[in-house]
Amino acid sequence: MRFLAYLCEIEYTEHVAPDLAALANRLRRRSLRMVHRAGLGHPGGDLSAADILTTLFLGILRIDPLQPAAPNRDRFLMSKGHSSAAYYGVLAMAGFLPESALDTYMQPLALLNGHPDRNKVPGVEANTGALGHGLPVAVGAAMAARMDGAAWRTFVLTGDGELQEGSNWEAAMAAAHYGLDNLTLIVDRNGLQQGGATESTMRLNPLAEKFRAFGWAVREVDGHDHAQLLSVFRALPFEPSKPNCVIAHTHKGKGVSFMEDRAEWHHRVPTAEEVAAAIGELEAAAP
Amino acid sequence: MTAPADCRVAFSAALLELAAADPRIVAVTNDSVGSSNLKAFRQRFPERLIDVGIAEQNLVGVGAGLANGGKIPFVCAAACFLTARALEQIKVDCAYSRRNVKLCGMASGMAYGELGPTHHSIEDMAWMRAIAGLTVLVPADAAETDRAVRAAAAFDGPVFLRISRMKVPAVHPDNYRFEIGRAVCLRQGSDVTLAANGTVVWRALEAARQLAAEGISARVLNFSTVQPIDREAILRAAEETGGIVAAEEHTVHGGLGSAIAEVVVEARPVPMRLIGVPGVFAPTGSAEFLMEHFGITAAGIRAAALELVEQKVAHGTPARTGN
Ligand SMILES: Cc1ncc(C[n+]2csc(CCOP(=O)(O)OP(=O)(O)O)c2C)c(N)n1
Ligand SMILES: [Mg+2]
Repeated sequence: MRFLAYLCEIEYTEHVAPDLAALANRLRRRSLRMVHRAGLGHPGGDLSAADILTTLFLGILRIDPLQPAAPNRDRFLMSKGHSSAAYYGVLAMAGFLPESALDTYMQPLALLNGHPDRNKVPGVEANTGALGHGLPVAVGAAMAARMDGAAWRTFVLTGDGELQEGSNWEAAMAAAHYGLDNLTLIVDRNGLQQGGATESTMRLNPLAEKFRAFGWAVREVDGHDHAQLLSVFRALPFEPSKPNCVIAHTHKGKGVSFMEDRAEWHHRVPTAEEVAAAIGELEAAAP
Repeated sequence: MTAPADCRVAFSAALLELAAADPRIVAVTNDSVGSSNLKAFRQRFPERLIDVGIAEQNLVGVGAGLANGGKIPFVCAAACFLTARALEQIKVDCAYSRRNVKLCGMASGMAYGELGPTHHSIEDMAWMRAIAGLTVLVPADAAETDRAVRAAAAFDGPVFLRISRMKVPAVHPDNYRFEIGRAVCLRQGSDVTLAANGTVVWRALEAARQLAAEGISARVLNFSTVQPIDREAILRAAEETGGIVAAEEHTVHGGLGSAIAEVVVEARPVPMRLIGVPGVFAPTGSAEFLMEHFGITAAGIRAAALELVEQKVAHGTPARTGN
């Protein structure tokens, strides 16, 4: 399945973006079915990250499902490991997993744990689930590429609440100190964490200024607009010798009216009726 | 037997009552008001609930500072993140500094089942009891959770409380008296001892009932304090029953079984069996599935006890005077 390579070849953003929108909505539907079936999961964050994930996996990352451990592959680290339904779903779309594996999500002895395990799932670069681990590991990966003079790039997706973990800021300092312009952090800036809004729980703003002050090149985009996402990722690196930060403004629960921007959907499991209603809305938006 | 209970309910009810009586009591959390069952606390004492966001190292450091300022902080977070992420803050800011901080590790053990090893807290007893001067409490049911929270609040010094969210039936009577440092004998017996704590105590009791039906008299000890460990109870069990099965919802490396073995091996060597997670990261599965998978069950405890009893017979170990 050379699907990814095919999309990567396409030059014109306006041709690819509508495909990505349809695929992202398919990913949303699939994630909700997985969470419902497992009776567990984090649907809000699955839905907010769906457009970022499809853009990266189907349009940007230089990866090959036939050689998931190729030394020169781009690295993608899913630091917000709780959004595992969307992550496994996009890995399946990209050919790293058979579609049928998705039905085993969180089943006894399954490879698809509630949070990803690199020793079980091809394509997974880091074991996450405890927040605040992805960025330091990504910094190390980017350093390794630098040491070898290799062209591969490192991408890491974090939640916004996740940035409250101090480990991120230690890593942010190191990334800038070492001038890692081959590293890109994407923040799923949905404004919500587990118990409520990030800004009332533990303020993150002004977030872009914080990263700039730490020495990063920062861009802000609409994290649900595939054309914007594609063009920002195609503009990498933003500035020589600076690590790249993309603050992707998103909505938790994006695409489902009764889930959008509601904290309770962080880890609420939709009922069969709710799944049906959600799928109806998502299909109407992008079949 | 009463309906199985989630010990977090007893935890937060006791904390609320204590807070109403003592204004020094505050709660500190890491975006875990819901999972630490602190919604009622926040409603009643909004200014005494401090949420530091998703930041466990800061969480414990802030707790230590609150203690410095004369507060009695109950620092609440999922046990996995509290103990793993903030281990040095627990060691240095709480234990070494001898601060009056109550560390409440919620949903300990494998309660988060399917969410996987990042969310399992099966090393916490080992890590916590390795730290000098840290009292480690592992209540077995709702009544004992209630007493342990009160004892922790009354105790002047750092305490780690291991609070499960796997439902457990009552193993203690309502008028139960809890004492830090004392193992509780829940069933007398002379052929073998079953030592457990937390969510495994009711399973040990069930094993003892099954063994009784087979003519084997098993003593059941609830080690709800892991540090300081009750040496006297261990020595008596070794002396009087000649074999000890230790069972815990934890890795067998360094937890309750190890704590008991440390006493046994030096002072009164007798055969032991350690039941728990055998030094591996758990596969995918629900909490109860994983307990079965690793044999942390009445059946598993019973089988280990039978082995010990057979071994005693084979080796002619004299059973000391029973009770
Ligand atoms: C170290 C750590 N502390 C706490 C948690 C519990 N937790 C899981 S997800 C979550 C909220 C994450 O919010 P955010 O990063 O904004 O993710 P998103 O909104 O994208 O779901 C919390 C507190 C955790 N997984 N790891
Ligand atoms: Mg968020």
